[in-house]
Amino acid sequence: MLSIKDIDVYYGAIHALKGINLEIKQGEIVTLIGANGAGKSTTLRTISGLVHPKKGTITFEGQDITRLPAQKIVELGISHVPEGRRPFAKMTVLENLELGAYLRKDKDGVRKSLERVFEYFPRLKERMYQKAGTLSGGEQQMLAIGRALMSKPKLLLLDEPSMGLAPILVQEIFKIIKEINEAGTTILLVEQNAHMALQIADRAYVLETGRIVLSGAAEELAETEAVKNAYLGG
Amino acid sequence: MTEFIQQILNGLSLGSIYALIALGYTMVYGVIQLINFAHGEILMVGAFAAFFAITVWGANIFAAIIIAMIASSLLGVVIERVAYRPLRNSGRLAVLITAIGVSLLLQNGGLMVFGTDFRAFPRVIENTHYKFFNGSITITSYQILIFTVTVVMMLILQYIVQKTKVGKAMRAVSWDKDAAKLMGINVDNIISVTFAIGSAFAAVAGVLLGLYYNTIYPLMGLMPGLKAFVAAVLGGIGLIPGAFAGGFLLGITETMVSGYWSTKWRDPFVFIILILILIIKPSGLLGREEKEKV
Repeated sequence: MLSIKDIDVYYGAIHALKGINLEIKQGEIVTLIGANGAGKSTTLRTISGLVHPKKGTITFEGQDITRLPAQKIVELGISHVPEGRRPFAKMTVLENLELGAYLRKDKDGVRKSLERVFEYFPRLKERMYQKAGTLSGGEQQMLAIGRALMSKPKLLLLDEPSMGLAPILVQEIFKIIKEINEAGTTILLVEQNAHMALQIADRAYVLETGRIVLSGAAEELAETEAVKNAYLGG
Repeated sequence: MTEFIQQILNGLSLGSIYALIALGYTMVYGVIQLINFAHGEILMVGAFAAFFAITVWGANIFAAIIIAMIASSLLGVVIERVAYRPLRNSGRLAVLITAIGVSLLLQNGGLMVFGTDFRAFPRVIENTHYKFFNGSITITSYQILIFTVTVVMMLILQYIVQKTKVGKAMRAVSWDKDAAKLMGINVDNIISVTFAIGSAFAAVAGVLLGLYYNTIYPLMGLMPGLKAFVAAVLGGIGLIPGAFAGGFLLGITETMVSGYWSTKWRDPFVFIILILILIIKPSGLLGREEKEKV
């Protein structure tokens, strides 16, 4: 479905990604784990077109999307929940969700997607007319995921959905991520919480200072000494 | 007392014009954090477009306003595209200096093309004086026109920004450009639309200024442009209601200063207000201090 070949990304003089290769197959949950600053978010930002690689290619469903602007990539079916959630804080929950469906013209379909988001996250329905900035951290995360689902993505990129949330909420969010995947959306999940991520993922990549150092089935990776020591707290 | 009411009424019509201009500053600032100092010249071009529409083509005032809006919108969009967009990722100072450069270019371009003369703006409608309280309070039909046009424009803008898809996209872009891109919003297009709308409002203000002062000239945008900038800062830059509040407040203050004190102090007083607001409350009357985003 998505194939990243040998991409190099720079932020000014900083060489953030050094020859990354990554494959995602239809229906999978793939996780990208690694320490702060390893390049996890940059990988997602490159896929969604917020930054462009200096070299290498990204193909999505057979189409080269390497140089496409972000809005085209959304149109093709990739939706990105950014790090820090980035809600439009001064707009209502409903307006945020409507913006998620910005490119869609099928009004009935949009209404159905909205209902589905409210099924996943009933709390968003209760807070529909509230400003997004007044939501709690967990609710903002729900909103960010819900907003991304409104474009009816084939591939969902999730950047640190567990960040700053209480363990109980993390459990809840991960349960829903699993449900979203079972309903047919492929997921690329970036996490610092490697423990949780490896539990729900099919496959995993480990990123270290801009390079992929390990990859494989999530279960197997969770058992390797290197991952245990570095990311699962021994 | 009647004198005071008269000054308020005069202030409201002058303030209407400032509000219309301030709006363009504030909208553009909202989406790209730039003070578009060429905004006053966009207004001037709008006023000239209306002038030629009336004198050459015999357009009526409303057709002239529409033509002015189109001319100014195009100019605004072209300025953004040619002068500001290539500098989108440069420092804010570079863009600010460019904006001043564009302003000077258009002022001098205007002097070249339109000449240095003051031109009498055609009296397209009768300027009737309505007198109240034995003639102690006068309202002119121009004042009524200016105020009505402003209120109508305000309502239209409010509708666009709050209810339409493009308005929601504008708010999204002004809050967080990257997040807006992830929604599939074409940020460049939305910035162009913002310049178009802001410039169209400036055009209306230009025509109203032509009616109000009876003359137009290539440097006519300079002072009203600067004052409207003060109005936008006074109300809270980036806030649409702030532009209106600041505009009306500044218009009334100005007429009060010239009515009760001295016309010599009218212009300096405006800039004293700017200095005071920047010292006391830089976020403006309606602005809140930026709260931390979680």
